Amino acid sequence: MVYLTRKAEFAASHYYHNPDFTPEENQRIFGKCNNPNGHGHNYTLEVTVKGEVDPRSGFVVDLKQLKDTLRREVLDAMDHRFLNKEVPEFAKQIPTTENLAIVIWQRLTPKLKAAQLHRVRVYETPDLFVDFYGEP
Amino acid sequence: MKAHLTRRYRFSAAHRLHSEEMSEQENAATYGKCNNPYGHGHNYALEVTVSGPVDEATGMVCNLVDLDGFVQREIVERFDIQNLNTLPEFAQTVPTTENLCAAIYDILRRGFVQAHLEKVRMEETMMNSFEYAGGEVHK
Repeated sequence: MVYLTRKAEFAASHYYHNPDFTPEENQRIFGKCNNPNGHGHNYTLEVTVKGEVDPRSGFVVDLKQLKDTLRREVLDAMDHRFLNKEVPEFAKQIPTTENLAIVIWQRLTPKLKAAQLHRVRVYETPDLFVDFYGEP
Repeated sequence: MKAHLTRRYRFSAAHRLHSEEMSEQENAATYGKCNNPYGHGHNYALEVTVSGPVDEATGMVCNLVDLDGFVQREIVERFDIQNLNTLPEFAQTVPTTENLCAAIYDILRRGFVQAHLEKVRMEETMMNSFEYAGGEVHK
């Protein structure tokens, strides 16, 4: 088994708000992130796939296909977007880094052909990242 | 669904690697420049990884305000701009980054209850790093 990691970057805005909470609860739990006008981050995404190396090509996965899938499923949908308003999954879920990692996993996993998704890592800043391994 | 969250912190501290159980020559041979009796310092980077189910109401494994507050209060304030050799944690053990990693892990394991502690990773310099995820520390 060999693991391959591809990086991508995107910039997006978001805010944290749960309509089931009172304004005071939203403010207490989410603090500055509750500002409804949103704020933004330069996200770094690392997608790790795993698989056996194809003896003919020497590849775990065709990197061009992986790049295209990342662009189509993640970057086109999220880069320079307001996540709460423009990415359908975040109409009901709060676009925290945790949920972002889960949504990216859910978008990618049915689209990957040869290799199997191992980990999605999303850096919200260089000092904060979330890993999702598809665990229930 | 279960996710892992990692947060990075920084602090600076001095230390000297010296074991009372070794002779002067042995200390010098084992620790080299790090055995300098006056000590030396590092800018440490600390990575704390916690895990748990993502709360549906908040979208979070744990509230970062809680984790940041705990680490600031219990770890950064304890070790930042200190000489590690003078602290009670290192009265019996040499303040290597291995032992520092384990000491920080213990502080988190005992006191941080909002999420499951997965591991502690420390960079002593940009060229070396250490990880501890529980279990036996010493031989």
